[in-house]
Amino acid sequence: MNSTSVIVGASLAGINAARTLRLQGHTGSIIVVDADSERPYDRPPLSKQMLTGEWEPEKILLPAGKEDLDLEFRLGVRAKAVDLAARQITLEGADGTVANTAFDSLIIASGASARRLPDTADIAGVHVVRTLADSLALRAELEAGPSRVVVIGAGFIGAEVASSCRKRGIEVTLVEAMPLPLERILGAEMGRVCAQVHIENGVDLRLGTGVLQLETEIVDGVEKVVGVALTDGTSVATEVVVVGIGVTLNIDWLEGSGLTLDDGVVCDNTLLAAPGVVAAGDIARYPSARFGRMLRVEHWETAIAGGEAAARRLLAEASGETPVVFDPIPWFWSDQYDRKIQLAGRPMPTDTCVVVHGSTDEFRFVALYGDGDRLTGVLGMNRPRHVVQLRALFEEGASFSEACERAATL
Amino acid sequence: MRIVVDFDLCESNAVCMGIAPEIFEVRDDDFLYVLDENPPESMRAKMEESVQRCPKQAISIAED
Repeated sequence: MNSTSVIVGASLAGINAARTLRLQGHTGSIIVVDADSERPYDRPPLSKQMLTGEWEPEKILLPAGKEDLDLEFRLGVRAKAVDLAARQITLEGADGTVANTAFDSLIIASGASARRLPDTADIAGVHVVRTLADSLALRAELEAGPSRVVVIGAGFIGAEVASSCRKRGIEVTLVEAMPLPLERILGAEMGRVCAQVHIENGVDLRLGTGVLQLETEIVDGVEKVVGVALTDGTSVATEVVVVGIGVTLNIDWLEGSGLTLDDGVVCDNTLLAAPGVVAAGDIARYPSARFGRMLRVEHWETAIAGGEAAARRLLAEASGETPVVFDPIPWFWSDQYDRKIQLAGRPMPTDTCVVVHGSTDEFRFVALYGDGDRLTGVLGMNRPRHVVQLRALFEEGASFSEACERAATL
Repeated sequence: MRIVVDFDLCESNAVCMGIAPEIFEVRDDDFLYVLDENPPESMRAKMEESVQRCPKQAISIAED
């Protein structure tokens, strides 16, 4: 392949796509564009080791970003629009200059941005954690020793931020609008276990509680947060608020491109979105035969695998080879306090959930999820060996009852 | 090819064990053990995948 490829997104999916293209014989120009001006970095530490101060930014640079792959990086540059018929993409530089760049093939890995509470972007002391700049800004506030941090949203990011604050000895109020944390991902029973982990670690956990408004004061001409008014009628005084209420996908720039957008970039089962156009990472929505529905997966490992698969898809298209179906087993981990939560598969919250090893009281266990006799998930808390071994059952096509039997032998 | 694990970085996610259980094993103490520090050349692709997929970037391959 000797042509020009443009990759939008220099994070995990984009950089692994670039690396795979180059190592698998793409001899042409590979242009990697990202709105973030930092060299490609790894995001999981942003809510953990970067916040606790254990790690410095140099340590989270992605290895592929440091390899000599002859990539043309355009960092701090935002994709604004794409014309697939004319084969050109409109890019806006950090200085606001807009120019078109021609391409032969396009890899869309533009990822997602943190959602914010409306009309709070300019309030000092209110943070999100998605980029390195976000993480460093929050870290600076934590180093100043706030009396309390209020974390809004008890999803994985909120939980990890709460954990990092507790490691620094900072008091934390964790506010979750739903009756249980992570219920939509892990179901009610495991949501209760995750809630208990926060409580055991000294977090003031407010479940089923929404935010009425942020309370602010003007200090030296700057509007600064001083508290959070909650729907339970209380108000929590704080200098620092962290909002972890999910993400919005960076796909606005694809409106009107002719690509099918439906909570993501809709692809086929090889990540192809249109001839010469592939998608990977958080924004790729693809049909999964394994789970019998369209999936869009925001996991770290899926971003790597998707980037690699998207690149191979383009190479297969160029060489006329048969493309490979993309249908990996979703897997992620979350480190909270001294607990490691790992989930393989994609259970629905209503699926049957059975603890097959250890005990939830000790926060050291394995649980399996099933929909009828179909295995849909393997959840572990401080049980990495079991999760990885049971994850293999998806490959083997094991049923839920077979998986339960196998788990008993581990 | 020699497998080098930075145990200060390793957090026992066990991804490497999923890729190459004959080389990497996370035991009941939740620590990673390298079963063969000098895997045969035929294992190279799996070793490189283990390096790429380690969430902590804790694995490297030394040529000596």
